Amino acid sequence: MTDFSVIGKSIAMVDAAGKTTGAGKYTDDLSLPGMLVGKILHSVYPHARIKRIDTSRAKALDGVVAVVTGADAPNPYGILPVGHDETALAVEKVRYVGDHVACVAAISEEIAENAIELIDVEYELLPAYFDPVESMKAETDLIHENRAHNIEKDYHHVFGDLDKGFAEADYIAEGRYLANEVTHAAMEPHSTLANFELDPHTGKLGRLTVWSSTQVPYYLQHKLSLVLEMPMSQIRVIKPLVGGGFGGKSEIIPLEIIAAVAARAARAPVKITYTREEVFWAHRGRPRTIIDLKTGVKNDGRMTAVACKVIQDGGAYCSYGVVTILYSGALLGALYDIPNIRYDGYRVLTNKPACGAMRGHGTVNVRFAFESQMDEIAAKLKLDPAEMRRVNLLKPPTVTVNGLRVLSYGLPECIDQVVTRSGWKERKGKLPKGRGLGVACSHYVSGAANSIIRSDMPHSTVNIKIDRDGSVVIYTGASEIGQGSDTMTAQVVAEVLGCEIARVNVIAADTDLTPIDLGSYSSRVTFMAGNAALRAAADVKKNIVSAAAKRMNCAPEDVIMRNDRVWNGGTTLSDYDFTASDSLGEKEAARGHVDGQILRGSVLQTRKEDGPKDHMSFEEAVVAAIDFHGALTGTGSYAPPAAARGGKHKGGGVGPSPAYSYSAQVAEVSVDEDTGEVTVHKVWAAHDCGRALNPVAVEGQVIGSVWMGLGQALEEEIVWKDGLLMNPGLLEYRSPSSTESPEIECIIVESIDPEGPFGAKEAGEGSLAATIPAISNAIYDAVGVRLRESPFTPERVLAALRAKKGMKRIEMTESVDPTAPEKFREHGGSLWFRGKGPMRHPLDPARQGTNAGSPAGGGD
Amino acid sequence: MKKELIELRINGRTHELAIEPNKLLLDVLRQDLGLTGSKRACDDSSCGSCTVQVDGVPMLSCTMLAASCEGQEITTVEGLADHDGLAALQKAYGDFGGAQCGFCTPGFMMTVRWLLANNHDPSEQEIREALSSNLCRCTGYSQMYQAIRAVIEAEQKSTPTEMVGAK
Repeated sequence: MTDFSVIGKSIAMVDAAGKTTGAGKYTDDLSLPGMLVGKILHSVYPHARIKRIDTSRAKALDGVVAVVTGADAPNPYGILPVGHDETALAVEKVRYVGDHVACVAAISEEIAENAIELIDVEYELLPAYFDPVESMKAETDLIHENRAHNIEKDYHHVFGDLDKGFAEADYIAEGRYLANEVTHAAMEPHSTLANFELDPHTGKLGRLTVWSSTQVPYYLQHKLSLVLEMPMSQIRVIKPLVGGGFGGKSEIIPLEIIAAVAARAARAPVKITYTREEVFWAHRGRPRTIIDLKTGVKNDGRMTAVACKVIQDGGAYCSYGVVTILYSGALLGALYDIPNIRYDGYRVLTNKPACGAMRGHGTVNVRFAFESQMDEIAAKLKLDPAEMRRVNLLKPPTVTVNGLRVLSYGLPECIDQVVTRSGWKERKGKLPKGRGLGVACSHYVSGAANSIIRSDMPHSTVNIKIDRDGSVVIYTGASEIGQGSDTMTAQVVAEVLGCEIARVNVIAADTDLTPIDLGSYSSRVTFMAGNAALRAAADVKKNIVSAAAKRMNCAPEDVIMRNDRVWNGGTTLSDYDFTASDSLGEKEAARGHVDGQILRGSVLQTRKEDGPKDHMSFEEAVVAAIDFHGALTGTGSYAPPAAARGGKHKGGGVGPSPAYSYSAQVAEVSVDEDTGEVTVHKVWAAHDCGRALNPVAVEGQVIGSVWMGLGQALEEEIVWKDGLLMNPGLLEYRSPSSTESPEIECIIVESIDPEGPFGAKEAGEGSLAATIPAISNAIYDAVGVRLRESPFTPERVLAALRAKKGMKRIEMTESVDPTAPEKFREHGGSLWFRGKGPMRHPLDPARQGTNAGSPAGGGD
Repeated sequence: MKKELIELRINGRTHELAIEPNKLLLDVLRQDLGLTGSKRACDDSSCGSCTVQVDGVPMLSCTMLAASCEGQEITTVEGLADHDGLAALQKAYGDFGGAQCGFCTPGFMMTVRWLLANNHDPSEQEIREALSSNLCRCTGYSQMYQAIRAVIEAEQKSTPTEMVGAK
């Protein structure tokens, strides 16, 4: 059936009014009686051993209730079972400027900040590693003792016969690409509120409730249990509204555990909210990535082999790193038909904040390299870049050489759409000088087929309760983070039950109330929680249908539920005119009194009308079902099928997904050859999301992805100086403002996936990766320079333009190359360090003669 | 710092408050009055999430002393809704996807309200320039323009005295 009554129509998010009126509550909007404010002391050194922490002066300050350090919660944790290398507060060592050292809980923010200054920490400085290539040479003073050469993980995969593949090639392209580091910069700074209830019998601390800005409440519950040594059943995690995540809240951020540790020590509720600068230090963004790529092609553009070496600058902790480096290799497959692939990935530790998962996890930077190199090959072989992509299409259903199963595949139509709409054939190469068009493609998983913690449990479960008043309550662990997960769930259930969406209430992401769901990451929610919701609704619908069939004297197969009505489809009533006047809200329900209780119309009717009927309202059907079956509940769950779980090779668990989204984009840019400034005029973005359950939300996700890719392409860049972040603010870390954001035309392509809920797939991430190479390729079309390092800032574009003309490079700013630490420049000042700036690196000439081991909180 | 008594007029009501003279307007709104619609997102007046109107002009409440607003009319996002429903702009932001995570939305509401109050038919460029005082990380701004355009068109179609919702 393709005639839907709820899905496929654009509707406002079910929580939209709370957002536009300011009534919706995010974590930092919450407070509890007696709540304390927590403030965190961070490391000012990139790599140092903690010799001594003295908190006595801080504890003595009036208004301070508790001061906690690493010794209060020494159990290690990490989002991946193989990467339990973090502690909430530093134990023995700090590993980056900004590492968490101690936390003060006090009765006011001001007192907590003052107390932070009174904590004495004595450090012994250790050599620090800032560049991944240098870091890999390390023999001593390793960042983590059990990681030789500071390599978190390396993988070496070969699929097919690489030598044969390259031998068959008519042309082989080779190149190095560099994507600099970017971060999520979600508008809501991380925030956590933790509260212990007192045990009613002993008066000791009992159950813990944590409200947190998280994409993964169940993982948070798990890690809290690990660190606090409490059973998971004693911990309740509630996710209020979340102000954007993009992956930055998809793992456990230290403050989430620190707040609980501080609340335990203070025996009072503690709320910690990061400052914006602390958010930048918490990071978990997309790592700086060095990509060496080699592609062999036939003269017609068909690829014969790809060899890719990736080095990721992972920062000081594992975080999602092992998964990131695997995604970078695995997602070389499943977009095009590549018969032979070699992948060498190195995830390297450095003394900088940990990188983690960010929108398009693992695939974005490699896709930039790959699509750029395709464009170079097309130019070399004089092929149309769009055509070259067409000759390399997969022929689904298929399993790629690296074990990824592809069923639905809307990429051909995506390419057709953007080529047609952008006027590619007529305009490419014919625009005025300085203006150009570029094309690129990308794809992404609709959730990982294998969960982080290996088990056979379902990835998503949804419960539904329907009561006599006709209200449908959905309990889902899926985490709404602004992407529309609650709305999607409500739509799917309303569609299956044939009821108005206004009947549906979604209770989400509360570990006490909702069944387990892995969380909002790797674009898994629509596919997995959507399928679980579909099954739960079908489960509960069975009982309504059987009761309604009895009431209407018809077979259950004949019962139709739609538009808030239930009728016997075997009669002429199948073409009953269900006009808007029947819909919920517009009809005046009869009211009356029974035994002193005020009852709504439907309940009264069922008591009066017991005879056969040929149609009934949704409420009547529900009441009939409850009278017949008792409580009306349904449950459904989803686990990816075995066929979609990938190959058996080491690391083969990352990359497989039950379905992949596809995207093709054309960008139109102009380049100012005097200044190197790139202006993006328009992006045509076609995205195959399987089926658009809520088209306005799909467009919002696609446009948002393209826009975020545009930011990484043009201006977003985390700049380091000896482990010190140079731009930790929303003004310094530049994301495109409304005046710099071009028109993005979103074209939805619906390939109808055989396993997705109503055929739906991923929409929130896949488009991002195509934008960066589309812009880079358009710059090449405009001015003939190939940019192999992102972002394409005026400085880099101008340098490339001048190099092409054989002119000398203009050094507009001093080098910020982390491989050249002999050069130093002034730190621009910092809110978080109260303008004092942290201590300098020991090699810094400005530090010569000072005491390297002086306490923190000093500065220069 | 010793607290002092001040009177602030917010959303048409007068509040008597004892606050430190150095307390920021945003903190007074969020902590002392429980008006948590205005958000703190950047700490340094670069993102606009804390935008309120002071005497009808959008101001960043995160870098403004509460005590300096005495005698002025402060409007926050909580003062924006119509008596029994959403203002046209609020409804349009929902319908057109102008709000995703919603954290920046209250700030945008205050900025756009000022724009539409002062310019009944802003050009695309004028809308973009007005919005550039606020940051959003979700939407890429596109669907916000659609929402704002819808509100403008609906207003232009309606009689001058009658307001209608978007769509």
